[in-house]
Amino acid sequence: MDSQAIATSPEHTPSVEHAHPPYLRHHFETVEQQREASSFGMWLFLLTEIMFFGGMFAAYLIYRNWYYPAFVAGSHQLSIVLGTINTAVLIGSSFTMAMAVYSAETRNRKALITYLLLTITLGLVFLGIKSDEYHEKWEKHHVPGLNFSVHDFVNVNPAYPDDKPLPLDMAEKTQVYFSLYFAMTGMHALHMIIGISILIILVIKAYGGSYTDGHVSTIENFGLYWHFVDIVWIFLFPLLYLISRHQ
Amino acid sequence: MSTASTIVKLPPQEGATLPKKSYLNSEYGLKSWLLTGDHKRIAILYLISITFMFFVGGAMAGLIRLELLTPQSDLMATDTYNKVFSMHGIVMVFLFLVPSVPATIGNFLIPIMIGAKDLAFPKINLLSWYLYLAGAAFTIAAMVLGGVDTGWTFTTPLSTHYLNTHVVTAGLGIFIAGFSSIFTGLNFIVTIHRMRAPGMTWFRLPLFIWSHYAASILMVLGTPVLAISLVLVILERTIGIGIFDPTKGGDPLLFQHLFWFYSHPAVYIMILPGMGVISEVISTFSRKRVFGYTAVAFSSVAIAVFGFFVWEHHMFIMGVSNYSALVFSLLTMLVAVPTAIKIFNWSATLYKGSITFETPMLYAFGFLGLVTIGGMTGVFLGSMGMDIHLTETYFIVAHFHFVMVGGMLMAYLSGIHFWWPKMTGRMYPEQVSKLAALTTFIGFILTFFPQFILGYLGMPRRYAAYPPEFQVLNVLSTAGATVLGIGYLLPMLYMTWSLKYGKIAGANPWQATGLEWQIQSPPLTENFLETPIVDHEAYDYEWLANKTQHEVQTVG
Repeated sequence: MDSQAIATSPEHTPSVEHAHPPYLRHHFETVEQQREASSFGMWLFLLTEIMFFGGMFAAYLIYRNWYYPAFVAGSHQLSIVLGTINTAVLIGSSFTMAMAVYSAETRNRKALITYLLLTITLGLVFLGIKSDEYHEKWEKHHVPGLNFSVHDFVNVNPAYPDDKPLPLDMAEKTQVYFSLYFAMTGMHALHMIIGISILIILVIKAYGGSYTDGHVSTIENFGLYWHFVDIVWIFLFPLLYLISRHQ
Repeated sequence: MSTASTIVKLPPQEGATLPKKSYLNSEYGLKSWLLTGDHKRIAILYLISITFMFFVGGAMAGLIRLELLTPQSDLMATDTYNKVFSMHGIVMVFLFLVPSVPATIGNFLIPIMIGAKDLAFPKINLLSWYLYLAGAAFTIAAMVLGGVDTGWTFTTPLSTHYLNTHVVTAGLGIFIAGFSSIFTGLNFIVTIHRMRAPGMTWFRLPLFIWSHYAASILMVLGTPVLAISLVLVILERTIGIGIFDPTKGGDPLLFQHLFWFYSHPAVYIMILPGMGVISEVISTFSRKRVFGYTAVAFSSVAIAVFGFFVWEHHMFIMGVSNYSALVFSLLTMLVAVPTAIKIFNWSATLYKGSITFETPMLYAFGFLGLVTIGGMTGVFLGSMGMDIHLTETYFIVAHFHFVMVGGMLMAYLSGIHFWWPKMTGRMYPEQVSKLAALTTFIGFILTFFPQFILGYLGMPRRYAAYPPEFQVLNVLSTAGATVLGIGYLLPMLYMTWSLKYGKIAGANPWQATGLEWQIQSPPLTENFLETPIVDHEAYDYEWLANKTQHEVQTVG
């Protein structure tokens, strides 16, 4: 009985593969399987993120149809210049992130760290501009619940003299627009903050030599996340900033 | 592949020995459990924590039934009653039913059934258990700090404007527990796609896997929508944004749409894994391949898909458009089709099978009968005219308890008994457990059948007081709940007893065909000594009969 136990115990099973890379986790058969599984998992996670933001996009769709004039008036209070700069910053950060993935694949540690740091910087620039916009909203009394006044909407908007002032009941509805504005850009900014925190960890690990030893899937998957956050903004920008801007 | 049943003798248990090495004794100490990556250990951790939450929720149910013993609200104040039924719903739905089968039995079995060493992401699996604990902690905190009285549905504007209770704490708890569920679903989908053993094709998978796959799709796609709707409620309560607030132009009904977009599919998140258990149990104790394997497999996916397009039937009386109600009514009836496919195929599996009546099978029979009643009354509620009469009455309470408690809990207990020998290496005591199954069934019928009548007569749900003429039926229901409580307490006691004193089970005490029964009980940490190569269909009892006993791999 005991001799049988030794013969079949897991420690004594003959190893089929010779050289496992150190990053291959024990429950996977091959590196390929591990890589496919992690990238599939990441795509599924992004799917859940789409559903998460999807709830707010659905709300946006409904209310924009109900309160179109309020949405136009609300949108015309946003700074199109800051919004455009932020869009460019974020697309730029997606580029540096893509370059970081490329550097990991070509095993160039120095370039990897440089591009990750650049991505962090651009992310912080985005958040800085965003907080400036939030501050402006606060000063203009456009924050529903905490600090809101219909003043700007029942009077002529100096930036858009052609816009007719809204009747009071429609002006009240701009609160829905700004609720969505803060909820959507706020959730987006939260994703940026989480992303930047992870980037900092990635930089520290990259200093230690990770990701340039052939095990790139962590960087690749984080790249997918970062591009996703970017894409969300690509939708938010026209939906929130560019309503009826054709004058 | 013959469809006739093959009689396989159960192996003698006297000769069975416990293996020297298993996942239970590979490492020792609290740390080896709390930081484990082993899906089997995480399943046990889940089993302990959800059992605890089940008894918390059960205590609340006991208080509700005790209050309803008399027509006046005399045991507790009416607002306390509101808090008690809210906590009962929140705990039972989000912290017991949603994770019940997937996180315990599913976690334990999915890798083994497909011939893998572990789930694809063991660390995320452990993380989801910690998220579950954090969610449960927040929910219990909300209860201890003074409760929450929104009901489990968090209906706006009640939850956002009119209540002064701990809605935010409870909402955060559910938000966090939701992520636990998302990660479990994600892990299952990736595992089922990428970790199958050679030869384990999609149509050789046990139906347990198919139903978990369908439930995982619902978890991954539905739960985030619940998350965002709770976030918006929390933002509305804390800083006062106005997406659901009518005074700012928001629409409270939108919350209901978002909430039920998750919470209706959540019903299928709860019931589908249970249906997977029933497929395994019925096949094993009829010694026949599940009749219409492909139809049963696809009906799981069909339930998942249809499940996403029926949510508005929770809102027929809330001022939605008549035309959309008409469409949703029709779609609701469509869900009955794949469900009926399952019920009929299970019945056909029983037909001419060599049926034996072990405890898991008794629970499975309970499931079949009760879920059929629960499902049929669901069709009543899905038809608009009936719904207006019956919704928000005890009829609806009885309906979903037939599905959730009569269906899901029976399936859960069936599964726990069925795989107990695999999880622990020891048998539960057969006679007492049969008694428990019977007690549960009788207690259940006695508790919830009178509620159908009460609801039909017009007793509304969620009130602490009721007209005196309803007392007889309410007393019956409370008496039933007492019996039911004993029925649930019994397994708790004898299962714990069996950990030490139960008969040693051996690798395959039921002579079932799944891969999990071809390895030792309890399994090794790495499940298989070498990756199995699958060359036969699921539920192939002839293959099992030709397989000699020594091929079952045991260490020690």
